[in-house]
Amino acid sequence: MLNLTLTKSKHFCRRIIGQALIAGMCISSSLVTLHANAEELGYPEKEELKFGFIKLTDMAPIAIAYEKGFFEDEGLYVTIEAQANWKVLLDGVIDGRLDGAHMLAGQPIAATIGYGTKAEIITPFSMDLNGNGITVSNEIWQQMKVNIPKRPDGKPVHPIKADALKPVVEKYSASGKPFNMGMVFPVSTHNYELRYWLAAGGIHPGFYAPHKGDTSGQIDAQALLSVTPPPQMPATLEAGTIYGYCVGEPWNQQAVFKGIGVPVVTDYEIWKDNPEKVFGITKAFSEKYPNTTIRLTRALIRAAKWLDENNNANRPEAVKILSQSNYVGADYDVIANSMTGTFEYEKGDKRDVPDFNVFFRYNATYPYYSDAIWYLTQMRRWGQISEDKPDTWYKEVANKVYRPDIYMKAAQSLVDEKLMAASDFAELANEDGFRNPQTHFIDNIVYDGTKPNEYINKFSIGLKAGDKI
Amino acid sequence: MTTLINKFISLEQGSSLLLELKRLLMTRLQAIVLPTVGVACFLIIWSLAANAIDTSLGKFPGPKAVGTQIVNLYQEHVAEREKEAAFYQRQEVRNAKRLAKDPSYQPKIRAYTGKETFIDQIGTSLVTVLSGFIVAAIIAIPLGIAVGLSKALNTAINPIIQIFKPVSPLAWLPLVTMVVSAVYVSPEPLLAKSFVNSMITVTLCCIWPMVINTSVGVAAINQDWVNVSRVLRLPSLVHVQKIVLPASIPAIFTGMRLSLGIAWMVLIAAEMLAQNPGLGKFVWDEFQNGSSQSLSRIMTAVFVIGFIGFLLDRGMLQLQRILSWDKDSAKR
Repeated sequence: MLNLTLTKSKHFCRRIIGQALIAGMCISSSLVTLHANAEELGYPEKEELKFGFIKLTDMAPIAIAYEKGFFEDEGLYVTIEAQANWKVLLDGVIDGRLDGAHMLAGQPIAATIGYGTKAEIITPFSMDLNGNGITVSNEIWQQMKVNIPKRPDGKPVHPIKADALKPVVEKYSASGKPFNMGMVFPVSTHNYELRYWLAAGGIHPGFYAPHKGDTSGQIDAQALLSVTPPPQMPATLEAGTIYGYCVGEPWNQQAVFKGIGVPVVTDYEIWKDNPEKVFGITKAFSEKYPNTTIRLTRALIRAAKWLDENNNANRPEAVKILSQSNYVGADYDVIANSMTGTFEYEKGDKRDVPDFNVFFRYNATYPYYSDAIWYLTQMRRWGQISEDKPDTWYKEVANKVYRPDIYMKAAQSLVDEKLMAASDFAELANEDGFRNPQTHFIDNIVYDGTKPNEYINKFSIGLKAGDKI
Repeated sequence: MTTLINKFISLEQGSSLLLELKRLLMTRLQAIVLPTVGVACFLIIWSLAANAIDTSLGKFPGPKAVGTQIVNLYQEHVAEREKEAAFYQRQEVRNAKRLAKDPSYQPKIRAYTGKETFIDQIGTSLVTVLSGFIVAAIIAIPLGIAVGLSKALNTAINPIIQIFKPVSPLAWLPLVTMVVSAVYVSPEPLLAKSFVNSMITVTLCCIWPMVINTSVGVAAINQDWVNVSRVLRLPSLVHVQKIVLPASIPAIFTGMRLSLGIAWMVLIAAEMLAQNPGLGKFVWDEFQNGSSQSLSRIMTAVFVIGFIGFLLDRGMLQLQRILSWDKDSAKR
């Protein structure tokens, strides 16, 4: 909606530019939102950079910034390299083999608080909203389907809740078979989304207990979650090692195309417009190369805008780029299925999900503190953070990791150099970094980023204040 | 009687000449026809089998799909080279612009940042395997000679060699990766870490056959030659140079050929696992991509890997023919 009103107002301004009053309003509004800055951005200190990514469609801003020359416009010569899995990617950034990477939002946060490898990683740029899905194997789908209410046309009513899966899981545990599911990394969005969805349907996904050395996350679990790299998800599902998984695109659509599984729910339905990947760099890098940091952020912002421009008009071109073997490499049709505003659930059940991948609108690129805090609340909920922390601690961590200050510097200089319009960042002028309380969760629990402890206590499954495994 | 015998002999000579000619022709013909028939049969069976196998990524690639991919891969290579030229051009323009604005700037041309094409990856793999192999040879041959000359050393080292010889590269790789990233630290590394990783893994795996073959060759030197050396009271270095090395060259080469074969196999596995650039990574990337073309591209890579392995072996054989006195050992 916001996107619509923005483009509308832009057209409006352009059309009657002769009318002094309106034109004056446009100019003054841009003056209010972003103040003219005299200081010119310097040349990058480090020009040759290497960025890592995992083969997922949400790496698109990096590919686009390269292919459309946005990196080169900043004087950056970037090599982009696919990584085997999230651990290799994170280690690469920490040990300096990579200068930056497409990361799971939870990775910089976990690294900073020392869950897993301890390292100071920051993010000046949030890469996208939504973009994941949960897929189950055909066999599980057949058993689940009977529990799902139908629409008059015979298709299942969405969103499908885990309530439909619960009897299946119970049947498996009654017969002594473990119900295995895959996610991509212990601190991944996918892990938290899958857990959120399962728990909202009354299925316990298990606790972590790092203080006891238990990082399997399967204490008290009814569904056993384990790590599989995204591109291997379909093959692992096909092999029968797991019954379902939560992963980013194109690996849900791939399952439909291969006829080995059925996506049941997208993360858009679990939490509307949830923040997903971020661009991570080390804190040391950002301090040693401040201009480079701002410049790479600028290139990424421009790429994100290009991806969403004119109501996703550039998406087909983006899909073509992503289907190259050095980027995502899946077939054009598979990537296009989700990138161009639709999502295919059961074979033939293709529905419109215009916001399945959001790269720029709704301030998708701005690193909100409240997003970081949501991840921290989930880490606490599932025991990855083993002890209670005060609300102030959540804010401190978010402040350390999420860096809207760098983002705003980049945005400011883009506006100053007329590479982007002030209206592109209209809402961010007085942003305090906390989104308004968010209501669009599958279980209708409201999230207010300023009160993390209160939020944690609202869940029926999960650790609450004072709990310890 | 004698005329009869003479006649008989000449007849027999004539017919034997004819027979000889026939046999020669047959062998020549066989050398051409039989492989052709073999390949043709293989192609037919392959395309029939490929048609019958349905995978989740579509049909198993047949000869035609591989042919298409060879063309595709070549075209991609050409397109990438064009992009590369454009990249350098843009860079020059950008440098010139900056120089005009900031005269103190030292313009620098940076290497192309685009992707490695299939052909580039073949090159990378070849360079890696040869470097790993040469490093292994530099270590293994002197070590093998020492072990072969000294019974005591042989007894001491043998258990270690026997234990390390059967170790798969996949077991070495994590250790190599961790050690390299801990030890090989420099701000401007001459060689990429990934290259060093694959190279060391290759070295570790192909060192052993060379050590063993060299030592066996050295230990089995004709005792007469050793006695000659004794009689002449040759100093030990000269003994090695004049007697041991020439005498054991056939054995050394046999070891080297074995090792190069192992090196090539190991490299592909190492590249796959460690995501080091090269043919192994190409195969792994395509597997990960899971596109409808992936299988045919992997199949193409399989043939290329096999063909290069064959060429490496032939190359080694040729080298052996040139350098070794024992032409018998280089026959097959």
